[in-house]
Amino acid sequence: MATIDAKGLHFSALGEQLRDLAGHKVRIYNCLGQRYIAAGIKDITLDIDGIPGNALGAYLGEGSSITVRGNAQDATGDTMNGGSIIIHGSAGDAAGYAMRGGTILIRDDVGYRCGIHMKEFGDKIPKLCVGGRAGDFLGEYQAGGVICVLGLDCGENESPVGRFAGTGQHGGRIFIRTKLLPAELPPQVSYRTATAEDKAILCPLLKAYADAFGANYETLVQDTYLLLTPNSANPYESMYVQY
Amino acid sequence: MDLYVYPEFEVVRNEKKCICCQACSRQCANLVHSYDEATDCMEADDSKCVNCHRCVTLCPTKALKIVKSDHTFRPNANWSQATINELYLQANSGGVLLSSMGNPQPHPSYFDRLLLNASQVTNPSIDPLREPMETKVFLGRKTPVPPLEANNTTAVPEPYNPDGTLKTEMSPQIELSMPLMFSAMSYGSISYNAHASLARAATQLGICYNTGEGGLHKDFYQYGPNTIVQVASGRFGIHADYLDAGAAVEIKMGQGAKPGIGGHLPGKKNVGQVAQTRMTPEGSDAISPAPHHDIYSIEDLRQLVYSLKEATGNRKPIIVKIAAVHNVAAIASGIARSGADIIAIDGFRGGTGAAPTRIRDNVGIPIELALACVDARLRDEGIRDDVSLVVGGSIRSSADWIKAIALGADACYIATGALMALGCHLCRSCHTALCNWGIATQRPDLVKRLNPEIGTQHLVNLVHAWQHELKEVMGGMGINSVEALRGNRLMLRAVGMTKEEMNMLGVKMAGESA
Ligand code: SF4
Ligand code: SF4
Ligand code: SF4
Repeated sequence: MATIDAKGLHFSALGEQLRDLAGHKVRIYNCLGQRYIAAGIKDITLDIDGIPGNALGAYLGEGSSITVRGNAQDATGDTMNGGSIIIHGSAGDAAGYAMRGGTILIRDDVGYRCGIHMKEFGDKIPKLCVGGRAGDFLGEYQAGGVICVLGLDCGENESPVGRFAGTGQHGGRIFIRTKLLPAELPPQVSYRTATAEDKAILCPLLKAYADAFGANYETLVQDTYLLLTPNSANPYESMYVQY
Repeated sequence: MDLYVYPEFEVVRNEKKCICCQACSRQCANLVHSYDEATDCMEADDSKCVNCHRCVTLCPTKALKIVKSDHTFRPNANWSQATINELYLQANSGGVLLSSMGNPQPHPSYFDRLLLNASQVTNPSIDPLREPMETKVFLGRKTPVPPLEANNTTAVPEPYNPDGTLKTEMSPQIELSMPLMFSAMSYGSISYNAHASLARAATQLGICYNTGEGGLHKDFYQYGPNTIVQVASGRFGIHADYLDAGAAVEIKMGQGAKPGIGGHLPGKKNVGQVAQTRMTPEGSDAISPAPHHDIYSIEDLRQLVYSLKEATGNRKPIIVKIAAVHNVAAIASGIARSGADIIAIDGFRGGTGAAPTRIRDNVGIPIELALACVDARLRDEGIRDDVSLVVGGSIRSSADWIKAIALGADACYIATGALMALGCHLCRSCHTALCNWGIATQRPDLVKRLNPEIGTQHLVNLVHAWQHELKEVMGGMGINSVEALRGNRLMLRAVGMTKEEMNMLGVKMAGESA
């Protein structure tokens, strides 16, 4: 395994080294805010000690996996195409922005707009699981994929997600481990308690989360989940008159 | 009962010429024509006609013409017929008016009031048939890249190495045989065959076409060196191979036809390979919201610019495309400092596959003014050579193109003109997805009407003709390299403009000496 001491290293120098190391296992230590780590790299196994900067794993390729021993900043997995990102901590805003494939597991919390614009096509379905809480606008404009928020540290009377979850959602599913409705749910989102059938797509993600962070899969699966799905795949169609 | 809107056009059939072959009814996807067996006559439902000339062109006996209806409201200079009809449509539906192609309103054109110079006697003209004329250009940053060391992000770049030798490493550039490109039109908004024609023509011409925001169909990766790949707010079809495939990556922040709002591919166009290329579920709307949800400042834009540079190993120039709006000069100045290599500006007459009518017709500013003020601002700030400027919306002819270069553009984008070379008749109905010319549609029977081989040839013909015209005009000016025309505003004179307009454009009045 190659190791890189990121202390004082500029992102472009770090990026260059990582591109040269594609196909290898690499450990980065003393990571402190370097942006765009592994952007567009198709095949690398990264272990990061410290706090990577914004856009960690942007456009990440299918053969790559990133593990962060610490928190991550904004836009983790931006437009990620495949592979996995595992954060042993929290992530900032817009984690999983426009993800098209792969899996992001975040042990603790995420900021605003997590999972915005996630997509899917056929059996390529991106998945994002947050152990703690998510901020406002979770899954905004979601077109596909699976988002799950567990709220492991939430009490019975607290919602693990903020306001306006699923604004503009026109595809995909959002699972929230709660019995409460999120605040200010937009009209184009419908909700129900997830059935066993609904949970089929969720189970492997819960398993991955439990395996990564040592949570109890058996109890997670048994819990009650609220499922948010869009009312329409064409939410804005009726807004226009053609002429 | 709905308010009645009288049809805008009438289908006129010369019964003497018509042989009832029904070709027109097979050709019209809007189902205007039909054959009545009882009377052995062709009939037409005028209300469905969008005036695309498909039937007119294909009628074997040339029995058809489309005329504007002379049916009228009581004439009213304040309430035009169109305004009244649009109001009725909205009262009936409650909908936002949706239309397509560029702004058709009679706003003044500055290109039409600019005239070009030529040499006489002194400074003789050059004969482009005899002398070599250079039209090749390179787009990208021409100044050294500022150092990116961790503790030194603001230092002015040094043109020399520590040992006194000149730094010769260039930022990545796009090489074009002439300063012209086909601008962004997504696969989805236009058809596979339209994209195939643009890609092949760009390759033959040594210029670039632009994928728009719909991703790149796998068949077209082979044209990568002549492709600009776009990244828009919906992030459709974007992955490492896509970013790597093109000659450059364009971040779409805005579009001239609809500044400030996003794109919206209706579910009925998002089908089959379009959905696959975009990576969105079939039949669902493909929504590009107005803003990029991670960009609220130049700093944020810089982040997307650099994430794309990192993802492409710093091998591709990054273009940032914006709509021409009121503060365009200040915005462009910010973009030039964001690390972008090229700024593309789209004027308020630029085309679109679908835009709210009121926005298309009323938001934005003319490209001539936007270009002139951006070029001036960047020169004033000493950062003009940090970026190239590309402008579009709407370049209708080589004359507009040449004038834009003289106003300061490094290159121009054309799209509406390119579609017209493919057969578009400017019926402005792209948003209905029933383009009878096989361009703005995904219906297989319509798409196959556009033959990519013929389409390619027409595009190549058009651009070659413009290139000849450019060379002739340059020769007449005594200029033998298009680089020497760029920003050469002394080659322009104004007619019928106010002093303020001339100031804004940085040109003199016709008759005024240099
Ligand atoms: S195509 Fe021409 S000749 Fe044939 S039916 Fe139509 S109008 Fe008549
Ligand atoms: S819509 Fe086009 S094809 Fe149909 S009748 Fe009108 S001009 Fe002819
Ligand atoms: S592309 Fe087709 S639908 Fe659009 S204006 Fe041209 S002919 Fe009409």
